[in-house]
Amino acid sequence: MSAPTRSENPTRLAAHLRRRARWRWPEILFWLAIAVAIFAVPSRAALINEILIAGLFALSLDLILGLTGVVSLGHAAFFGLGAYTAAILSSEGIADPTLGLVLSSLIAAALGLATAPLLLRGADLTRLMVTMGIALMLGELANRNSWLTGGADGLEIAMAPVLGLFPIGFTGQRNAALYSFVVLFLLFALARRLAQSPFGLSLLAIRENRLRAGALGISTPRRIIAIYALAAGYAGAAGALLAQTTQIVSLDLFDFHRSADVLLMLIIGGAGNLYGGIIGAAIFIVLRDVISGATPEYWEFWIGALLVVLVLVGRERFAERVRRLLDRLKRPAAWEEAA
Amino acid sequence: MSAPALEARGLARRFGGLIATDNVSFSVQPGARQALIGPNGAGKTTLINLLTGVVKPSAGSVFLEGEDVTALSPSRRVRRGLSRTFQINQLFPDLSPAESLGLAISERNGSGADFWRQAGSKPEIVAEIEELLRRFGLEDAMDQPTHTLPYGKQRLLEIALALASRPRVLLLDEPAAGVPEEERRDILAALAALPGEVAILLIEHDMDLVFNFATRISVLVAGRLLCEGEPAAIAADERVRAVYLGEDAHG
Repeated sequence: MSAPTRSENPTRLAAHLRRRARWRWPEILFWLAIAVAIFAVPSRAALINEILIAGLFALSLDLILGLTGVVSLGHAAFFGLGAYTAAILSSEGIADPTLGLVLSSLIAAALGLATAPLLLRGADLTRLMVTMGIALMLGELANRNSWLTGGADGLEIAMAPVLGLFPIGFTGQRNAALYSFVVLFLLFALARRLAQSPFGLSLLAIRENRLRAGALGISTPRRIIAIYALAAGYAGAAGALLAQTTQIVSLDLFDFHRSADVLLMLIIGGAGNLYGGIIGAAIFIVLRDVISGATPEYWEFWIGALLVVLVLVGRERFAERVRRLLDRLKRPAAWEEAA
Repeated sequence: MSAPALEARGLARRFGGLIATDNVSFSVQPGARQALIGPNGAGKTTLINLLTGVVKPSAGSVFLEGEDVTALSPSRRVRRGLSRTFQINQLFPDLSPAESLGLAISERNGSGADFWRQAGSKPEIVAEIEELLRRFGLEDAMDQPTHTLPYGKQRLLEIALALASRPRVLLLDEPAAGVPEEERRDILAALAALPGEVAILLIEHDMDLVFNFATRISVLVAGRLLCEGEPAAIAADERVRAVYLGEDAHG
């Protein structure tokens, strides 16, 4: 790196501040690869759909955990609420998927807005317990009000075609995956834009040092409430997508393991960069699919092992070692080239 | 006569049986260069926390430019023009100095909650970041993660961040604490170059720095204001000497 002269600084400064604004090739390839996969492997469209939905759910958790540093072990509350809202709307005659998705998302966001103030006090442990408690309460409410939710039987639902054109469900697995893909991409692009705004930077500041964020005049409670409500809306959208594309909802959507799994996916993929959740969801679900095919009931052992390695060794160091290993493999070729 | 930039009236704070701040009244005039000194345990930190709103007083009130701000949260007081630095660095380790300064500036001019605008898209904010980076000699490090900066540069960023809020009153909490000798001069130069219209209250242990910088000194002992005055008068004050000599004898 050459030392910049003073006159270059404003450009260097502006470039630095906007360095993540442009979509880079790896990102574009990432999204293209998913779209290609949906068309190239139609037999696995249901699996891809599951990954995309889990990815949206993990993206939602990334907004609060990765960007803002607010922990949650009850994110399934919003996922389940979104799914049940979509199901109930369809049974009430609102069978249009897009409308159902928007309404479910808004209702989940409203619950996020209402419960976010509970997360402002106390430490991480408090927040883990509060979020977990809310998910438990919601699950029990769904269980008790079986007149609305079908109770332990769940609900089966029928959806109209997306935009009146593309039928989704068992006969339209590819359409379902495409529908989830478009929703994920749009919400991702929105989150990406948000993360690079002054608002998004202030979330990072809250994550990095809440005391100093307040000392800069940032109203940290308001920012946390705002992003929590948005994240809840995202989780609600993920839940609604699952309900609409699988056309069934059941009480396990509120289960603790949903909240724990999505946290696992995010940690495996890497929190704070928006892509980690989607990548983690893909690793998690593909591993489960592959390993449970070979040794059923045993796949969680390997997920557990991966988690221990990632957390203890650290993702950066792990990636660094892999990179060094690759460099060592590549080096002879480079040396021959030079010679 | 215009109101003081910052004023404490009968400020008190008890922690259980301990009286950390005991009926402190004092004021900082607009543009003042004032220092607050006192031996360890005198209650300097509690007093700063009371002034900035981190701790609520048991009694008394705080006025900022004549307005009672006792009930306002710390971030509200910052927006009213009361800014501070920290004795122990309180920075954003993974953000760069440029991003950190941009945050402070956006927050001050009311665009900190913009969620649809790309950060760095307002030329006037970029220009102001540039100006602050230059003033504090942080240009070369501007795009590096803050945690990779040398300690002295981090201390400078502490002050730059507080100044980015364009305060009318600035509390500097031991700005030179822990800075190695060779980087000390940069801190002193930065302090000397602070805008004259900003009232500054310097909380410091280092007597060289205090007597170089301040034109008025307040001495806090055991939670109470012992005396106030010009540096020469404070240096000659028997009570102050007794307090510091007494501390020296122990330490």
